[in-house]
Amino acid sequence: MKFLSKFYIGLVFLILYAPILVVILFSFNKSGNLSYFSTFTLDWYIELFEDKEALNALKNSLILAITSSIIATIIGTLAAFGISRAKNRYYRQTLESVANIPMMNPDIVTGVSMMLLFVGVGAIVGAKSTLGFWTMLIAHTTFNLPYVILQVLPKFRQMDKNLTEAALDLGCTPMQTFFRVELPSIMPGIVSGLMMSFTLSLDDFVISHFVSSPDFKTLPLYIYTQTAHEVKFSMYALCTLMIIAIMLLLIAVNVAGSMGERRALKKARGH
Amino acid sequence: MKKRSFFEHIATAPYVFWASIFIIGPLLVVLYFAFTNQEGKFTFENILSLSSYSHTFIMSLGFALIATVICLLIGYPLAYCMSRMSERSRNILTVLLMLPMWISLLIRTYSLMALLDNGGLVSGFLTSIGFKKLTFIGTEGAVILGMIYDFLPYMVLPIFTSMNKLDVRYLEAAADLGCNNRKTLWRVILPLTMPGVISGVTMVFVPSISTFYISQKLGGGVFDLLGDTIERQFQNAVTYHTGAAISLVMMVLILLSLAIMNKFSDSGEDIIV
Amino acid sequence: MKKHVSRLLLACILMMLCMGAFTSCEEKDETLTLYVYNWGEYISDGSEDSVNSNLEFEKYCKEELGITVKVNYSTFASNESMYAKVSSGSAKYDVIIPSDYMIERMVKEEMLAPLDLSKIPNYQYIDDAFKGENVYYECDSAETYSIPYFYGMIGIIYNTSIVKENDEQIGSWGLMWDDEYKGDILQFNNSRDAFGTAQYKLGLDVNDENEDNWRLALDELLKQKKFVQGYVMDEIFNKMQSGSAAIAAYYAGDYLSMYEDNDDLAFFYPKEGTNSYIDAMCIPKNAQNKDLAHEYINFMCSHDIAMANALYTYYASPVTTVVEDPEYQDAMAEIHEDAMDILYGQPHDPSKAYLNLTPEGLAMQNVLWEELKAKSSIGDGIYIGCGVILGVLASIVVYQLIRKRRWSKLYD
Repeated sequence: MKFLSKFYIGLVFLILYAPILVVILFSFNKSGNLSYFSTFTLDWYIELFEDKEALNALKNSLILAITSSIIATIIGTLAAFGISRAKNRYYRQTLESVANIPMMNPDIVTGVSMMLLFVGVGAIVGAKSTLGFWTMLIAHTTFNLPYVILQVLPKFRQMDKNLTEAALDLGCTPMQTFFRVELPSIMPGIVSGLMMSFTLSLDDFVISHFVSSPDFKTLPLYIYTQTAHEVKFSMYALCTLMIIAIMLLLIAVNVAGSMGERRALKKARGH
Repeated sequence: MKKRSFFEHIATAPYVFWASIFIIGPLLVVLYFAFTNQEGKFTFENILSLSSYSHTFIMSLGFALIATVICLLIGYPLAYCMSRMSERSRNILTVLLMLPMWISLLIRTYSLMALLDNGGLVSGFLTSIGFKKLTFIGTEGAVILGMIYDFLPYMVLPIFTSMNKLDVRYLEAAADLGCNNRKTLWRVILPLTMPGVISGVTMVFVPSISTFYISQKLGGGVFDLLGDTIERQFQNAVTYHTGAAISLVMMVLILLSLAIMNKFSDSGEDIIV
Repeated sequence: MKKHVSRLLLACILMMLCMGAFTSCEEKDETLTLYVYNWGEYISDGSEDSVNSNLEFEKYCKEELGITVKVNYSTFASNESMYAKVSSGSAKYDVIIPSDYMIERMVKEEMLAPLDLSKIPNYQYIDDAFKGENVYYECDSAETYSIPYFYGMIGIIYNTSIVKENDEQIGSWGLMWDDEYKGDILQFNNSRDAFGTAQYKLGLDVNDENEDNWRLALDELLKQKKFVQGYVMDEIFNKMQSGSAAIAAYYAGDYLSMYEDNDDLAFFYPKEGTNSYIDAMCIPKNAQNKDLAHEYINFMCSHDIAMANALYTYYASPVTTVVEDPEYQDAMAEIHEDAMDILYGQPHDPSKAYLNLTPEGLAMQNVLWEELKAKSSIGDGIYIGCGVILGVLASIVVYQLIRKRRWSKLYD
């Protein structure tokens, strides 16, 4: 039974990873052809770092992901705080279900509806060109918001209410209570919300496809214009680098986590 | 306490402001476009003209349904097997499961296409072991395979999470009360991991029904799914209204099926309690 | 702790604002941006040691005109999608490069700005066949709205290692309807060209707006849909070069690019007739940098750049000095011995061009294209699969309901 389950896991992961392994393997392929492997080369990596447009797209992607995830985290955390404290049940429920809309809605509908809004408003205002960085920022923040709320809201609910009351009794202003007592205890939720929205925003193609302009091209959009013809092998190189970076990051997080646990264990034993 | 409640009220303000303009606003715009013609007059024509797309709706639903069910059939046992591993390997497997999500969907689909193409690695391998020439690209199987391949991790992760949360004591109790392994699985584990299944199904079904990239690349543009149709309507200035109408109907369809599913799962939970 | 966290938040907000300001300011310092919207793979882009035309233009502006210019170059896949983007007003372009029939439509709809030929001295090098009386796509206007960029004809490309040498259909549009090559045929993914292939095959007039004739073409395309591998545009390069597909109709210049990578590929102009087109540079009415746009168009017509582009795209160039240049002729002959003949063998024939359809004609074309796209035959397997799934789901629901009722009876 144990063997069977291991075999099954191995098989599924092998199939899941086959195309990704192809990406990694062929990023080192000299022939520049996907049907056979000739010799090992790092040419595509060199080409990647000489490709101004790709690097610019990467920069844009990072700027967009960082700004939109930060804004979404700030607004989302405040909203989660407000929702968890709201007295009126209907108000609370309405806010929560509104937050669910962008999550339940297919990306394409979100993208299309945003585009219609922006173009419509642009036409009314008479702006010279409507779509660009700002529309991308708005769209990304909007679809990030529900994920932040989803991560942070449970933390507020789990929080010990006595703590806040104690803080208030001891003379903290509500602002101080929020920053000194509540914020630290929901920090894990905020961090995971931030990480999640950063990832989503970095990877988003569908929504960006509709609300972008040639002024501000992100990496997925750059890749999309390439897939219309032929994906440059330097993109395979970029993906390989990203895979390695993410792997290192995840491993680091895991190692740090287990080390922290071990330290905590030692402390506990020391006591 | 009065000061406090003021801060509480203020806290939701930015969100309410944002949501009403950028979440509710766009939906109203879609509604407006779906029910007006190019002169801006109210009309039902856009919605009525959708009857010519009935085949597209049925096909998209069918493809998404099959992809979701196959994902569930592959993903549930996978999550189950994974949850029975040691903690160390569970962590590693979680990382491995999340990794593909970080790689652009475009690249993943494109490299899948390269694998499946005529003369690609897979068909090359199959012909070399004696199969006759097979074409994958441009078949319905390729589209469904692409959906499964791209969205499988979204199915496994939530199920896996809910399995990990499962209290071992329930299983022990079930065993004590005379359940064999199979009965435990059906009567205890499955109902308790139902929330994970529901969110997994949602996370696979919704993107599958609305995808346009996968059907363009792997289906060669022969199978026109809802996403393709919507995207094409917005490639052509005069068809924005039809596009908005399709989006609206698709949205209603999805919300409806999610509601039905939630209702169904609620009744499922009732039985256990 | 409080100070710490609030400072962190403050820093985050500041950083965000700075970034926003940074991105918006970046382009303000005296740099002019020229927005160019062109077909994919339609300019020399510096890959494989070629000249990068856009960078050359930036350099030229800096050195000769003393202004810093950044060319923002983006691409489209079909005339129709270009038109949608430009007409929606969501993005503004300074130079666009549509085909003849689309230029006619845009001139008619007053979307283009008339060109000031005095600002385009290199216009003199354009072949007379594309000037004055011969310009059939500008609605007989006294103004000039476009400068030809490249021209060419549509032909059929096939892979000789897959298509049988003695196939009777070679030389005819019928090759694209040969079900012997099921799964190996590629069709255009834009309505005008796709309907064109069927209309030429049936011997219909592509500019006739008789709906019955268009319906005949639609039937033909529906017949073909059962055995095409896909509807594609520039993906064709990859698929034909790697041998994943064997038969496709595409533009003559692109055949030469593909032949360079795969010499199994052969090419012919179908005997039933085919389309001749001109792609030309235009300036939209709402362009923001019209002077610079003129400068860009002029630059593209200069000998060196026109030649670099012609040697990159392999399309037929309307610039006479390029065509007469022996260096160019030699380079083309090296790629394919008949290259010059394929590209320049037949002079551009306006009678073979697509003309702009009336709004009613366009609407009809759109409806028929949607019909073609929406009708797809899916295998029985899908229906059976769906039926089984729905059946299982239904039986689970019924089973649950029965159980529930039994339980509730028990509790009562």
